[in-house]
Amino acid sequence: MPSGLASYVIRRLLIVPVILLIVSFVAFALGRYAPGDYVSIQAGPRANPETVARIRHDRGLDDPVYEQYARYVWNALHGDFGVSQHPRGVPVQDVLFPRLWVTVQINVLVLAFTWLIGIPLGTWAALKRGTWLDPFSIGLFLFFASVPVLVTVPLLEWALVHKLGWLPTGGWSTRHILGVKIGILSKHAILPVFVLTLSGVAGLARYMRSQVLEVLDQDFVRTARSKGLRGDVVVFRHVVRNALLPIITIFGFELAGLIGGSIFVETLLGIPGVGLLAFESVGTRDYDMIMAIVLLGTTIFVLTMLLVDIAYGFIDPRVRSGGSAG
Amino acid sequence: MSYAEATVGLHAGEPLRARSRLLRRLLRRPVAVAAIAVIVLIYGAGILAPVIAPYGFNEADFTNTYAAPSLSHPFGTDELGRDLLSRAIWSAQTTVIVSIAVVATGALAIGVTAGLVAGYLRGAADAVIMRLAEIFGSVPTILLLLIITATLRDRVEGWAESVGDFTHQSWIVSSGAPSYVLIFGSLSAFGWVGIARIVRSQVLALRETQYVIAARASGASGPRIIFWHLLPNVGNLLIVAITLSLGSAAAAEVGLTFLGIGVQSPHPSFGAMIAAGAPLTIVRQHTVLILVPAACVSALVLAFNLLGDQLTDVLSPRRR
Repeated sequence: MPSGLASYVIRRLLIVPVILLIVSFVAFALGRYAPGDYVSIQAGPRANPETVARIRHDRGLDDPVYEQYARYVWNALHGDFGVSQHPRGVPVQDVLFPRLWVTVQINVLVLAFTWLIGIPLGTWAALKRGTWLDPFSIGLFLFFASVPVLVTVPLLEWALVHKLGWLPTGGWSTRHILGVKIGILSKHAILPVFVLTLSGVAGLARYMRSQVLEVLDQDFVRTARSKGLRGDVVVFRHVVRNALLPIITIFGFELAGLIGGSIFVETLLGIPGVGLLAFESVGTRDYDMIMAIVLLGTTIFVLTMLLVDIAYGFIDPRVRSGGSAG
Repeated sequence: MSYAEATVGLHAGEPLRARSRLLRRLLRRPVAVAAIAVIVLIYGAGILAPVIAPYGFNEADFTNTYAAPSLSHPFGTDELGRDLLSRAIWSAQTTVIVSIAVVATGALAIGVTAGLVAGYLRGAADAVIMRLAEIFGSVPTILLLLIITATLRDRVEGWAESVGDFTHQSWIVSSGAPSYVLIFGSLSAFGWVGIARIVRSQVLALRETQYVIAARASGASGPRIIFWHLLPNVGNLLIVAITLSLGSAAAAEVGLTFLGIGVQSPHPSFGAMIAAGAPLTIVRQHTVLILVPAACVSALVLAFNLLGDQLTDVLSPRRR
């Protein structure tokens, strides 16, 4: 690793805990600031107020926010992230990780399809610039990148499930393969993967097209062409490789947005992923679960972005020489 | 002083002239005109909602639920017998209010100022602003929005109620204003990061140009340089960024409301309309209930993205 990059990475890594502390404190304080907590919600309106007060006291919910937060951080540092409320009393990670696994399965598949289709499609669209296909493909990409998932899911569900009967209605089913619960092999996975891939491909192809066009204009491409290299060699060895560079950032964002990105698909189709879990936990004021999801999401995001930066440092010699400060 | 005035005249006037030229060039492109037409149509409907909507947004008619399209109800009625066309028009009003408020406060007021200040002052101000941007940029936004809107809603409504009681203005609560304030507040809290970064990097390049150095040498103050000399020159970038943010803010409001944490019933929103029409049993029997809001939202977001594309093309002819 180049020395400038190493110190840059170390500096960035040192910021990670600070970011986590700030974000978690804000999320923690917001949760505690809301009127009502899981105790009063579970107790219901007709519960004995003294009992509720005693339970709240026992759980430390009437301590000052900073004391509760300090206790949370202390426990978290010792690997105790609290217990979930649905199902009650189960350690947070035992509920969170199976749900995360569902979301990860879907998104890994979506990312793979998106990249396998989006990159060639975008390159192809760029090479077809100026033909009748051009406005057509740009329009199509923009259309599918713009239409919200909220709109595509119900309409596709109606067409594919109701009208054509090809797919089962929403939900999720798994089977055990080598002791691992795999859900993406069932027909239930087709609709969510398809919908997310559709918008992903459209967005990526659109971006790839403009990147390729930018590279095509560069001098070294003209040089390569004029020294007699075959067209496909120029495209694959010179154009695509250079166009892919900024696209790494997009990949990072997609990976980082994993938790938030699937919340709509999961709620619409009733898929028990981490997005749906977040949605449910906010409704039930499941503090520990919310905190765990926020921390997990933030960690994934920060580390992915760091990886993207490191990847840049290795691939792009211009970044390697000068340490860029955020 | 005369020198300063001269530089000011040169650089404040030129972008304005360039901008009217830009508009003319834009209007020569059919795609741009179509996108503008869609935006004008939906925004116009939203702004004029009190005048043109045939029914109120919550005017229920329980004897006429799920009515088929007819002359009196062009798109039919929903599960409470409310006119779908009117609901859509009032929802457009929500979209207009929320997205303009988000872009004006989050993107423009906070984002542009932060970017200008960070880029021009450098040093400590830059470090603080960029670290803040990093923190805001590294949380899963939708998650935090979920938490913010879920936890602060009751508080904000409580404040609105006490303000309403105190000033005897009961409309403050009945208009649903608290939830509008909450949505635009939380969206704009996250909406400034991207634009601040764009403006900052542009300003970093601009601050070393001759005319800025000249203005500084002739004794122009910091704020004067920032708002008078730098701001007009990041204008082109801003036009594109604002166009795209208006589209994404509209989509964000629809998404939040769909999840039940945005605009609260009975106040109208495309998100609420989609949520009501999305269950398979409803889509099966009353497809129009989802088609109307789906078409409006998709058309609006698409139009903003198209317009953003067209603007980019017009502003930097090299790119196409």
